[in-house]
Amino acid sequence: MKSIAELEAIRNKTLDEIKMRKNKDGIRVVVGMATCGIAAGARPVMNAFVEELGKRQLRDVSVTMTGCIGVCRLEPIVEVFDAAGSKVTYVKMTAEKAARVVTEHIVNGRVCTDLTIGTALNEG
Amino acid sequence: MRDLSLHILDIMQNSTAAQAGLIRATLLAKPETGMLDVIIEDDGSGMDEKLLAVVTDPFTTTRTTRKVGLGIPLFKASAERSGGSFEIKSHRGAGTVVRAEFEITNIDRPPLGDLAGVITDMAAAWPGADIQLILEDGGARFEFSSREAAGILGGVPLSEFAVVKWLREYIYDGIKEIFGGVLNEIDS
Repeated sequence: MKSIAELEAIRNKTLDEIKMRKNKDGIRVVVGMATCGIAAGARPVMNAFVEELGKRQLRDVSVTMTGCIGVCRLEPIVEVFDAAGSKVTYVKMTAEKAARVVTEHIVNGRVCTDLTIGTALNEG
Repeated sequence: MRDLSLHILDIMQNSTAAQAGLIRATLLAKPETGMLDVIIEDDGSGMDEKLLAVVTDPFTTTRTTRKVGLGIPLFKASAERSGGSFEIKSHRGAGTVVRAEFEITNIDRPPLGDLAGVITDMAAAWPGADIQLILEDGGARFEFSSREAAGILGGVPLSEFAVVKWLREYIYDGIKEIFGGVLNEIDS
């Protein structure tokens, strides 16, 4: 069985690396994780983001959760904030779509317009 | 909700909305009665008697953007259809305790789910709160505190990928250790 004290090794390994990127404002990924989001499958979506970002070593991107974003019928909802604070809202997300958002939007800077809330609302 | 971990995540979100500094999930298996207690407690703002009386009603919510609140009613329904019971205790300013009891072998009892992931993600998302997990089965016990982990990590945040990955495995090992057994009854 692991001991919690093993975290110290991780601390020593990552501390220097964190200092180096301290001043860099990164992208923030926020997953709606209220009853509506959870029931619609927000957990696998969040896991997919963490996994994809970890796989690509995109260390300036953070993944976090929030409560109900307000459009429960379009859950799971994910908001992606860039360094300047502007936001893209993705709706009806899945783990597969999350992987796409990581490659196209977060890595290459091209918003996946077909997955955004604007497109979903226009289509009714 | 598909599994217990999702219910726990959902109820813990209520605690964050109540500005809790401590949020503790306890899973207590009682072999002598064949029951599993799932308890989520916090030291948040709590509820007054008026809100407490109606909080299990799905048409009660503190949100203003919609009229329904399903987290607590779903948890209650899940416990009751699994041959268990549900209770919620709260006082204004003194926090809240939600306790759901499940019959372990009941066919309707949800499986445990990705509890390790839920606790890790909660710890990463709310670094200001102490997210705790306690598991008990017979004499065996596992404890996790995100504040303790943060203390060891010093300046390294709980949301760091390497930390998330390690904590998930650590808590998962704890779950296996306590509930694993030969039959692994809780996680199925």
